[in-house]
Amino acid sequence: MSEPKIEGYKFKPGYSGMAADTASDQTMFKGVHWGKAMMWIFLLSDTFIFSCFLISYMKGRGSTPEEWPNPSEVFALNAFGVPVPLLLIAIMTFVLITSSGTMALAVKYGYERNRKMCGWLILATALGGLTFVGMQAFEWSKLIHEGVRPWENPFGAPQFGSFFFMITGFHGTHVSIGVIFLFIYAYKTFAGHYDEGKRGWFTSMKGDYVEIEILGLYWHFVDLVWVFIFAFFYLW
Amino acid sequence: MSEDFNDNKTIQAQSSETISGEGVRGVAPDKDYVRPAEVADQDLYHGHSFITKWIFCQDAKVIGVQYFLLATFTGIIGLILSWLMRLQLGFPGAAGFMTAEHYYQFVTMHGMIMVVYFLTALFLGGFGNYLIPLMVGARDMVFPYVNMVSFWMFFVAVGVLLASFFVPGGPTGSGWTLYPPQAILEGTPGSGMGIILMCVSLILFVAGFTMGGLNYLITVLQARTRGMTLMRMPLTVWGIFTATVLAMLAFPALLVSALMMTLDKVLATSFFMPTILKAGEVLEYGGGTPILFQHLFWFFGHPEVYIVALPAFGIVSDLISVHSRKNIFGYRMMVWAIVIIGALSFFVWAHHMYVSGMHPWFGFFFATTTLIIAVPTAMKVYNWILTLWKGNIRLNTVMLWCLGFIVTFVNGGITGIFLGNVTVDVPLSDTYFVVAHFHMVMGIAPLMVIMGAVYHWFPLVAGRMLSEKLGKLHFWITFLGAYSIYFPMHYLGFIGVPRRYFEMYNSPYITSAVGVNEFISMAAFLVGAAQFILIYNIIVSLRMGKPAGKNPWQANSLEWLTPTVPPEHGNWGDKLPVIHRWPYDYSVPGAKDDFIPQTTPPSEVAGTEVEKT
Ligand code: HEM
Ligand SMILES: [Cu+2]
Repeated sequence: MSEPKIEGYKFKPGYSGMAADTASDQTMFKGVHWGKAMMWIFLLSDTFIFSCFLISYMKGRGSTPEEWPNPSEVFALNAFGVPVPLLLIAIMTFVLITSSGTMALAVKYGYERNRKMCGWLILATALGGLTFVGMQAFEWSKLIHEGVRPWENPFGAPQFGSFFFMITGFHGTHVSIGVIFLFIYAYKTFAGHYDEGKRGWFTSMKGDYVEIEILGLYWHFVDLVWVFIFAFFYLW
Repeated sequence: MSEDFNDNKTIQAQSSETISGEGVRGVAPDKDYVRPAEVADQDLYHGHSFITKWIFCQDAKVIGVQYFLLATFTGIIGLILSWLMRLQLGFPGAAGFMTAEHYYQFVTMHGMIMVVYFLTALFLGGFGNYLIPLMVGARDMVFPYVNMVSFWMFFVAVGVLLASFFVPGGPTGSGWTLYPPQAILEGTPGSGMGIILMCVSLILFVAGFTMGGLNYLITVLQARTRGMTLMRMPLTVWGIFTATVLAMLAFPALLVSALMMTLDKVLATSFFMPTILKAGEVLEYGGGTPILFQHLFWFFGHPEVYIVALPAFGIVSDLISVHSRKNIFGYRMMVWAIVIIGALSFFVWAHHMYVSGMHPWFGFFFATTTLIIAVPTAMKVYNWILTLWKGNIRLNTVMLWCLGFIVTFVNGGITGIFLGNVTVDVPLSDTYFVVAHFHMVMGIAPLMVIMGAVYHWFPLVAGRMLSEKLGKLHFWITFLGAYSIYFPMHYLGFIGVPRRYFEMYNSPYITSAVGVNEFISMAAFLVGAAQFILIYNIIVSLRMGKPAGKNPWQANSLEWLTPTVPPEHGNWGDKLPVIHRWPYDYSVPGAKDDFIPQTTPPSEVAGTEVEKT
């Protein structure tokens, strides 16, 4: 990683240099846009939210006296008459992770000021997210159809339904919010707002391609969280 | 840096190593050099209409005042509730309409309002918004729009909270800890809409706070002015900053627990609900764990204590330093103590759960961590006292509040050491000893700092001084009155009077506690009424107070150095300030005045022995 060049500031070597750099005047993270720093801190806070959810899940699953349903059975999908465990979820995960890739490319093209490519890639990311949410809706309706509810569960402990709907719902909300922003950003990119520095309608701040990177941070985070949810619900 | 002075404690006034010009070899570095700006000046949205200027305003100072007023308003409701409770406790039956159910509801709303909607909002939303940008030399918070939304979320949260007084069943009466299962079961007052509205309001509060909190953090981290290093920030900023970090990491647990509780109530999930037999019938719940809620709640709840305390620590340090005309003793120690207390506060939560039943080693661990926090805390107290030591103390209203704070805080801190030990806590838990402890340490002590801060910064906000006479009257009634309320409560706790009781019925406590309770209640009425002296003082002084002029306290920190007082939107006119020193250069040997503002370059105060900062 190359260090940013700051006028009048020389980075100092070693750990004590690192301490001196961070404690120096004006900024702590040298050359980092404030919006990016803000997103990182928000994600840290959000990490705590998801950690609380997942720790509660572990505790709840450990405490309930009833049997926990077998994930490879409840989450199986019938493909050509054969129940394939985790089929849908594998596709969902694949789609979401792929959308992380397109997002990263969008950021790259954004900084290269390649407006068209950047816009298309954001749009692709948004569509990936939308597909994910759609498949999640499908999975929810399948489970609901089979009688799983937040308050009851024909396959075992009712807490299974409670935690599953709550946590995937909370994550799905994150994805949906991300998708909405992706569509808005795709529009703004195509319309050239980031090239001209057009002011935002709400915030009245000048547009800049860094916003795409900031949204990208959020998007990658949402994907990462999904990996944990996936592991905890589907593989445990 | 000239070598001659490196061995001395004090050096000739000059910029610090981190930012001084790395002079070309052979050429002496410019003493006043401060390196150029890293980022472009912030461009701000200036409101034009009444609505964008005063209501949906993006200026952190206006938002700060909005937070302050709304938090005070809710605080007054909390105060009135405490009056009603004290009326019942001192003179049972005197508050005619009050039933036991009402009492539970009032305890709950009083506790929640005071802790979350009053103190947290006031310190972080109020003082944080007003002071952070001014003290670090920024034009505004980094993301003013989101900052504005933060206040309006808080507004809605307060609205939802107060709405619960008017729904069928009334507000929740489960205690401010909202413990399930009883919080959502029939039989507890407000177990219908009341608890739902409480949870929703908390979720809104957390969401709104997060928006503000991100602003406070990033403004401190990424938007300081030239020359403002971390170790040159006033302790007020350090306190609010660290408290905000705690809030960002602790509120998630509150949010999650409130959400799960709402689902338990609305969708009949059983996250926190075990199998329950009621009147011989098994309820629909089953298989959940109420202890999980306690863990989540206190993972939020204990850091919450420090979210309130750390800004108070920071602010009081600055007030003491200014009004005793001395630099704060052990600045770096103070900073590290704040940070260490903040970090440790995440490892002590289960000291609130000793009576919930836990493995002895678990209790041992949490007792140990709890007692360890006493170390950095005690360091801070010593440093405040050493700052006062041989200072040129101005015994004005602000200083009185600071002294009151130190005494009250030490008092509450010592009872905290009692309660931190499992064996002592078990008999004292849920008695008035606990009520006395937490009111001293997180009720009255931070409140005293708020009062001191109001007297200190009112001239900045309003351009006029508050009346000293009324201020001293206000202080003495509050200070002596608060002690009359809470000191006897320790005794009530020792004889076993339980907390959250509507009445003592015919228990033996009643005979020996009647007089004490009457006395406490009268003191409570007096103290509550005395707060209106402050409100009167503010209203009168707004129009008729002595004009404050610039920097009436001869303070060093940046908020007093704006081109216009009170500061305008954008704070600094067309040029941002440049910082050359920490804000504690008071009574410097060799200096003309007894204070050297942060913007004074070294060349102007040559020959003084300032600390190297
Ligand atoms: C004039 C000032 C105050 C008076 C007279 C007062 C009085 C009371 C009373 C009578 C109770 C109920 C005790 C019981 O029955 O268990 C109580 C509880 C409580 N108070 Fe205060 N209070 C005052 C200020 C504050 C402040 C500033 C705070 C802020 C931290 C605060 C926080 C609490 C809390 C957290 C509870 C516990 C609520 C519960 O048990 O659920 N109080 N107060
Ligand atoms: Cu605690």
